[in-house]
Amino acid sequence: MTKADLVERIFEKIGLSKKEAQEIIEILFDTMKQTFIEGESVKISGFGTFNVRQKMARRGRNPKTGDDLEITPRRVITFRASNQLKSVMEK
Amino acid sequence: MTKSVLIEKVSERVGSLTRKQTEIVVDTVFESIKEALVRGEKIEIRGFGNFKPKNRKPRKARNPKTGEKVDVPQKRVLHFKVGKALREAMNTGERT
Repeated sequence: MTKADLVERIFEKIGLSKKEAQEIIEILFDTMKQTFIEGESVKISGFGTFNVRQKMARRGRNPKTGDDLEITPRRVITFRASNQLKSVMEK
Repeated sequence: MTKSVLIEKVSERVGSLTRKQTEIVVDTVFESIKEALVRGEKIEIRGFGNFKPKNRKPRKARNPKTGEKVDVPQKRVLHFKVGKALREAMNTGERT
């Protein structure tokens, strides 16, 4: 499933035009992205939580060459599915 | 940020829809993703990330308290991988 399929779903279920559906989907994901960039987590009840985590610098290795290198400090996003989503997916 | 705050923000940016209509759309988006995952489908949102169902094999584990063997049945879990554009923007602070 891609964004185009989501547009189709919104069009069929809600009756927005495809152009409107596409615009709002873009805005939805963009708003979430901007929130992460600002360092804030997003919690969607019944779906899951996107957390922004700060990682410290650490020693690592280039797996190809085996060279030692420093992994720079960085921010990453982690996703945790809600218990509700986990249980419906387990099957 | 909770879903209701997210809906508020999206609604301010959309303009042509009421808050209620925006809420219905946002709920439908997450509901559709969820249904696709339950069907075992992968979801690809360019620039944002991928949601992918993964199968975990059944395994034998132990109850760490009692030492008893327990069977953990096969199950499906969800894996999220952040998209490249977003992963990079997280560390440059650029607006995407």
